[in-house]
Amino acid sequence: MSEILAQFMLDGHRIAFEPGQTILQAALAAGIYIPHLCAHPEFTPHGSCKLCTVMVNGRNGSACTIKAMPGQDVLSDNPDLNSRRRTLLQMLFAEGNHFCPGCEKSGNCQLQALAYDLEMFDPHFAQFFPAREADGTHPEAFLDFNRCIMCELCVRASRDVDGKNVFAIAGRGRDTHIIVNSPSGKLGDSAFSIHDKAAQVCPVGAILPKEVGFVRPIGERLYDHDTIAEVALREEAGARSGEVT
Amino acid sequence: MNAPFPPRAKKRLKIATATLGGCFGCHMSLLDMDERFLDLAKLVDFDRSPLTDLKHCGPCDIGLIEGAVCNAENVHVLREFRAQCRTLIAVGACAINGGLPAQRNPLDLSDLMRKVYCDRVDDTAQIPDDPELPLMLDKVYPIHEIVRIDYLIPGCPPSADALWKFLTDLIEGRTPRLDYAHFRFD
Amino acid sequence: MASIDSALEPILARYGREPSALLQILRDAQEACDWISPTVRAEVARALDIPATQIDCLTRFYAHLYDEPRGRYRVLFSDNITDRMADAPALMARMLEQFGLEPGEVSPDGLLSIATTSCTGMCDQGPALLVNNRAVTRMTPERIDAISALIRARAPLDDWPSHFFEVHDNIRRADILLGATCASGEAIRAALARGRDGMFAEMKKSNLRGRGGAGFTTAVKWEACRDAPGEARFVICNADEGEPGTFKDRVLLQSYAGRVFEGMAIAGYVTGANKGFLYLRGEYSYLRAPLEAKLAEMRRENLLGDAICGDAGFSFDIMIHMGAGAYICGEETALIESLEGKAGKPRIRPPFPATYGYLGQPTVVNNVETLCKATEIAIQGGAFYAGQGTQQSTGTKILSVSGDCERPGLYEYPFGVSIAQVLEDCGAEDAFAVQIGGAAGNCLAPHEFDRCIAFEDVPTAGAFMVFGQGRDMFETALNFANFFEHESCGFCTPCRVGTAIVARMMNKIDAGHGARYELNELNRLDVLLRTSSHCGLGQSATMALRDMMQKFAPAFERRLSLKDFEPGFDLDAALAEARALTGRDDEAAHLGADS
Repeated sequence: MSEILAQFMLDGHRIAFEPGQTILQAALAAGIYIPHLCAHPEFTPHGSCKLCTVMVNGRNGSACTIKAMPGQDVLSDNPDLNSRRRTLLQMLFAEGNHFCPGCEKSGNCQLQALAYDLEMFDPHFAQFFPAREADGTHPEAFLDFNRCIMCELCVRASRDVDGKNVFAIAGRGRDTHIIVNSPSGKLGDSAFSIHDKAAQVCPVGAILPKEVGFVRPIGERLYDHDTIAEVALREEAGARSGEVT
Repeated sequence: MNAPFPPRAKKRLKIATATLGGCFGCHMSLLDMDERFLDLAKLVDFDRSPLTDLKHCGPCDIGLIEGAVCNAENVHVLREFRAQCRTLIAVGACAINGGLPAQRNPLDLSDLMRKVYCDRVDDTAQIPDDPELPLMLDKVYPIHEIVRIDYLIPGCPPSADALWKFLTDLIEGRTPRLDYAHFRFD
Repeated sequence: MASIDSALEPILARYGREPSALLQILRDAQEACDWISPTVRAEVARALDIPATQIDCLTRFYAHLYDEPRGRYRVLFSDNITDRMADAPALMARMLEQFGLEPGEVSPDGLLSIATTSCTGMCDQGPALLVNNRAVTRMTPERIDAISALIRARAPLDDWPSHFFEVHDNIRRADILLGATCASGEAIRAALARGRDGMFAEMKKSNLRGRGGAGFTTAVKWEACRDAPGEARFVICNADEGEPGTFKDRVLLQSYAGRVFEGMAIAGYVTGANKGFLYLRGEYSYLRAPLEAKLAEMRRENLLGDAICGDAGFSFDIMIHMGAGAYICGEETALIESLEGKAGKPRIRPPFPATYGYLGQPTVVNNVETLCKATEIAIQGGAFYAGQGTQQSTGTKILSVSGDCERPGLYEYPFGVSIAQVLEDCGAEDAFAVQIGGAAGNCLAPHEFDRCIAFEDVPTAGAFMVFGQGRDMFETALNFANFFEHESCGFCTPCRVGTAIVARMMNKIDAGHGARYELNELNRLDVLLRTSSHCGLGQSATMALRDMMQKFAPAFERRLSLKDFEPGFDLDAALAEARALTGRDDEAAHLGADS
């Protein structure tokens, strides 16, 4: 009698997993990158950006929410799935106002780095040019909703880690937007602090610390030489070996 | 049996370039190719371009457009390029998604014009109405929203290396690709 | 603001200041105060001890909650394609003209606003509209004039002619469900006589499949809920009948409510749940009072409450929860979120509601019709039930027939009936197309009319919209595209942005600026939405569009521009503001067409 091995196949590679891990978690632990934006190792899966869409036994699903199971046959890094991911990125770029040359996050931005990695030449679709607001009322951080991609990481961090509920997501459809919990609706009179988890999780340049912009010159930024895959796997390995990254 | 096609002589390609609402930074990058620019000149001829100072574009193989569509004149130039160029390429952030000029899009055009032309001490100030001046569009548009575009070269500006790689790929008949180091939006 | 306090206090008290009742509280507060003003917002937040942003999350999500004044009379024209085919746009234009208003604009005196809303479920007696959540059916120009006069006279809705609010059943073909008379309590007593396990065995034998569209086996759902660990179990009746073209649940709730509630009680009996919710779409608010009366009657008859029919071990009661204008809440996990007082955004599945549903407890979510079916099975047994319909689709199915036919209304057939048969019965033999399953369904052309209504062939939750000769299917595709853009919850990228891009492209084609390029793009977007969306809404949002582009291609092609690409907007109009600012009108101040 043999035990069922805790393994699944990912693009032809045999991946071992620990019970309870998602496909994304198991893949990263095994040193294989699956593109993702709204997933974060410290938070419960969200499954909204859909960048991590993979085929599991012939069906589409989010690698960040599907639990790894023995015998799964998972496809991720192939032209069809990458082309869909590219289109999803183009949708995010067209939906917001992403002016990389004028953004302090440029070079350290996950949305941009993923676009490089997936060779997204342009946003392709007609720009939505939404009228979104920037909020400079907080002494320590800028909010610029022009760059928000609705991953809700700040919402989750403020609620689940900081216990402050500073951010919430309101509206529906393409009117979906982040709102700030304060009497004026501005960040300045909310309970937000730069030391909050919520201040550190934004994958794009929607929440930016003040007075440190462009501190790393071009050529020394996070994704200037290393791809998002390389950076993510290095951080994963660092976290696993308990090092401080 | 059909007669075979006659052998085709290898012809020199014609390139045209233009700047719409942009800063000429992408053209500067073209010049940044340095001595490779001479290599490029061996492969192609330049039609309308700030480099040749020709004011109109004849039939071309490749058109390079820098800058966003901000006003009526930009539309005319872009239409001329689309009509004359077999392959039309958006070069740089402004051409691709509106870039810096498009940062005016959330603002109201009349507020903007009044601020620029009328909020001054001298009270004769008015919004200029000279027919020589092109009229502003309500918004700034990426060029692919006005005409069909074949390729795009990202960057603000794209580096000389990126332009060289992209153009030589194109001239030699390969689908252009950029390596990671030259794939930049800033 | 003593008046607001005194208006809110009874509402807050009614719901025990429970944050999970926030949606209900806001609905009632709006009824009392016309809109969720900053004062109402602050008061409710304070009373419930929740961040005020939690209120914004709801007011900005549900289409029928307003955080700005919308007038004392809020008129919403149903904008389903069947309403449009019955001339709803002309009626709306007439009313707008009478008040000199633009769509969505509030009159300067704060009297009224006029806008559109998604299908209100009155397709067989449209065009329809809602005034302050009350349905008015069979609109005509004369009725518009009468309503305008009533509004000008500021007449309370209760003083309007009652026949304006009449909603007919229009049952055209009745079979075992619609045709049977069944004594109050008969089904519950039959189930009790069979015992919990016995009743469950009959459910299994019946092979009943869910009538909401997906066709999941009901007994499997009940079993999973029954066997899942939990502190409490719940039964939810999904009466959020928002699928455009569907209205059978409205009739069941209007004339067969006892069957629905008994079905819920039976589900509670089998699964061990003792609390049930009826999630009723806001558009059916007029049904609330009669349904509450029915519940009260059943409690009096000991068909609900403690020790039902004398069985000491069986307690079950039902609460009605109102929706507020969100199609997505028909998705069962979005419905549960809404029931918990949140914005209706679908959860990640698994876990499924049967194990992790309302308040994280095992929950059965069934369609109205499915629960009625459970009463048939209780009375007549599973074997009898399984003897009708086809092998994979047992029993009968109620179709909501509307559009270009002589006799719109409800048609109940054993599963397996052909499309052609339905068309013949409703008086539409010459149909040009049939849209089955609503906006999220399939569009069939005449060469497919021999296909059958069944889960294994053409599945449907019941919508059956008929399009006669001469109809332009592009209009339908455009209507659906605008519908999905409006109803996408915004959670996942492909649906949030994709439905918006599809709608933009369809409107661009409609304006005569589309090219073959847009058709290619629509096909590409169809694949992306279908394969990458989080829930059924996004996955099916382009299904009808794809069918129509394939089967009614000329309707699209004849709108295309001769050029290979055109801007999606009017370039000359884009210069208008600058022309006005400069006072210029010379040749260079215009942009003609590209030649």
